[in-house]
Amino acid sequence: MKDFTEKVLSKAAELGATYADVRIVNSKSESIQVKNGKVDTLASSSDKGFGVRVIVDGAWGFASSFTISDEEAERVAEEAVRIARASARLKKEDVKLAPVDPVEGKFENDWKIDPFEVPLEEKISLLLDADRIQRQRPEIKISEANMQFWRTEQTFASSEGSYIEQTKLESGAGIEATAIESGEMQRRSYPASFGGDYAAKGYEFVEQWDLPGHAEECAKEAAELLNAPQCPSDIRDLVLEGSMLALQVHESCGHPIELDRVFGTESSFAGTSFLTTDKLGAFRYGSENVNIVADATAPGGLGSFFYDDEGVPAQCVDIVKEGIFSGYLTSRETAAKMGWRSGGAMRADSWNRIPIIRMTNINLLPGDWTLDEIIKDTKKGIYAASVSSWSIDDKRLNFQFGTEAAWEIVDGSIGRMLKNPTYTGITYEFWGGCDAICGRDEWHLWGVPNCGKGEPMQTAHVGHGVAPARFRNVRVGVIENPDEEAED
Amino acid sequence: MTIDNKNLFGKERLQELAEKALRVSDVDQTQVSIQVAKSSLTRFASSIIHQNVSETNGAIGVRAIIGKKIGYAESNSLEGEDIKNTVKKAVEFAQHQQDNPDFRSLPSPKPIPNSPQTYFESTAASTPEARAASVEDIVKTASKYRAEAAGSFSAAVYEQAIANSLGINAYNAKTSAELTMVMTADTGFGYSNRIAQDISEINAAEAAEEAAKIAADSRSPIAIEPGEYDVVLTHYCTEDMLRFLSWLGFSALALQEGRSFMTGKLGEKICGENITIWDDGLDPRGMVCPFDGEGVPKQKVDLIVNGVAKAVVYDSLTAGKEGKESTGHGTGGTGTHGPFAWNMFMKPGNTTLDDMIASTERGLLVTRFNYTNVVHPMLTIFTGMTRDGTFLIENGRVTKPVKNLRFTQSILEALSNVEMIGKDLIKQGMATVPAIKVKNFRFTGTTEF
Repeated sequence: MKDFTEKVLSKAAELGATYADVRIVNSKSESIQVKNGKVDTLASSSDKGFGVRVIVDGAWGFASSFTISDEEAERVAEEAVRIARASARLKKEDVKLAPVDPVEGKFENDWKIDPFEVPLEEKISLLLDADRIQRQRPEIKISEANMQFWRTEQTFASSEGSYIEQTKLESGAGIEATAIESGEMQRRSYPASFGGDYAAKGYEFVEQWDLPGHAEECAKEAAELLNAPQCPSDIRDLVLEGSMLALQVHESCGHPIELDRVFGTESSFAGTSFLTTDKLGAFRYGSENVNIVADATAPGGLGSFFYDDEGVPAQCVDIVKEGIFSGYLTSRETAAKMGWRSGGAMRADSWNRIPIIRMTNINLLPGDWTLDEIIKDTKKGIYAASVSSWSIDDKRLNFQFGTEAAWEIVDGSIGRMLKNPTYTGITYEFWGGCDAICGRDEWHLWGVPNCGKGEPMQTAHVGHGVAPARFRNVRVGVIENPDEEAED
Repeated sequence: MTIDNKNLFGKERLQELAEKALRVSDVDQTQVSIQVAKSSLTRFASSIIHQNVSETNGAIGVRAIIGKKIGYAESNSLEGEDIKNTVKKAVEFAQHQQDNPDFRSLPSPKPIPNSPQTYFESTAASTPEARAASVEDIVKTASKYRAEAAGSFSAAVYEQAIANSLGINAYNAKTSAELTMVMTADTGFGYSNRIAQDISEINAAEAAEEAAKIAADSRSPIAIEPGEYDVVLTHYCTEDMLRFLSWLGFSALALQEGRSFMTGKLGEKICGENITIWDDGLDPRGMVCPFDGEGVPKQKVDLIVNGVAKAVVYDSLTAGKEGKESTGHGTGGTGTHGPFAWNMFMKPGNTTLDDMIASTERGLLVTRFNYTNVVHPMLTIFTGMTRDGTFLIENGRVTKPVKNLRFTQSILEALSNVEMIGKDLIKQGMATVPAIKVKNFRFTGTTEF
């Protein structure tokens, strides 16, 4: 492969590139989905190609192809250079990159059982078991169980002398039960919604969740939600379950700390950020209990890697320290504008996309409470679990999230289940109300495999380590159900 | 139509590859879909080009059927051995599958009608230099309004061959282009979007003028209280609502699973009598697509007529379950995600945006929605923010820009409260739609800008 990357890089240099890198990606994936007693999807996918990124006349160009050949190496390098020259027609200054030390090496994440080697029958059987148990509840009209696996091999070579080979194996699984009756539809999932939980681990990760062992409870809760009272419209203390809090971190912290958004380069699509550079080191993002890091080194994290797609080593970067906004996710280009070295957050969806700043594992550090202690300490609140709906404004201030289920907390005890829970707030006010975070024992690194950003659209695998936490005085129950008055 | 483009494989070569893949398979039924695409996108922000990319890619998807067992495999390699391996993988997966009782058969061939033009040389020949020149025009317009431009200008050419062992052998080459931008003028924001199969229909300077004017007019917005307002929604907002309706309920799978808002309501009134929505992949006012992901010709389907829920769209699997014919809305792939209506139209009215504003005593003009998402699928309640130009209307005139608001609103309820409908149908990604005026639209929160 080194001959190929050399050919690309030397062609780019010959045509005037002052910087060039090439990434070759070869990936495969497997997807199994069981639905209502049948195997709905049994699919395999493979994908390979290479992308060339160049700076010519101080501007960026990128071209890519699914054909890895000597002829295509030259054509694609030429196309990238031509595109960069077109970009140079509209520039205010030359692109500058923060320095990085060249690296050569080969890396692979740790895993125990290769999911691609586990017999299909075994994987299907596990999902069918969970599905069968869910369907024992007559209210469950749609029962689903799924697994997904990816193996990605990437070679990165740059004109600055880096040559990095990385292999990443990832697994994920989950179940979902949908109860439908009289025009009402309610859903519960396990261990998280929208496909479950994901990690840079092998099949052992799927086994650890014991999907069949949780199917009965999942279905029971979905069925019970059908007749649960509507979540009241009120101001209450809100206790968030881990997978919901992971999305809260994702949307209200992960995205606004992307320095490209701050500089406006995502403004036409995803938007910008309220965390402008003047706020760095001074702005109170949350209460003093709130400590958040961007940790690309977390073992097993879906957002972990060894080197990013600019050849910058994985790092753990402080984002919020004792409530004060302290750092960004950066690239070589954005870091250079700040006079920094890159924090190593540039990743591309695959060979056919240019790297952009992506979340790594954005982790809320654990506190010293237990969930039981938080519940006991809450007089009038709601415990809300599992993502159902999410929306946030384009500077990441006003958010509104829905969860699959919630439970009332009254005088320190968990009470009745509530349906259609929603909550809303302004990011820094919400985090300002965070007064209790559970400890390390209840902390889990959740994997999110579908973070969308960029044009053309790119999907990133990212992680969020969280433990359940409490937020004071949150507005809950935004929607009103016309068929049923809120009970309080 | 003769197509001569070095980026394309051409009909003969692509169909030959599909035939070759079919020959490798010896199972009961096989479907092969092959696509080759060349796409380019020029992205700009802060009035410079900061990302400028190009991609050449292929795809083969194989559905192998043994009895009622379905296996699926896909790859982006169209090289000989890789094609064989993809077919073999699909067959292997089918062998490990269980029966799908809903499966009847892959679709049989039907004549594909002569569709309006889908391939435009102007788009296929788009160059990075030409797109950069358009961005220069946009930036000049931005400067005129003391604004900064951000956005993207993309062009793509695709060709697709779909063949199955029952004799379907469909081929199409098509192009698409899209220009989208946000202008920022201090505290003001504006937006415009153009989408077309023929890139020469896109007038970058005119689109820039639209976005820049909104940005300039929305400087220094004031805060207003959330609550119910009469709203004038541009076609961007209308398309957003139709997109969610399609996703939530216009699919036969959603209906069959009982999760569609149309469940149990076919033949019943579900929104205002002035609302008629249909899907038509062959209407050149939209993004034309002659056949679906299974090679079945697209049929026009009336979804809502005069407020009454009429029908949903089908692919072969959902049609087979009801003993019906596919309407040509299969998405391809595994075939298990259900059909999808993505060439929708809303019947126009006879008014203009200005008429709607003039008729409004107190209300809001909304340029676009942002980050919309479903809160309650059966009640079609969705939430989102306004973005890139929200204005107060008082006594029939736009008086002030306002800070963005969050809405939480049932789409069908909004479509029951439509007072006026624009006469112009405007092409967007998934629907060709007019602007509408809606009474009592529910805003539930505000933000700081």
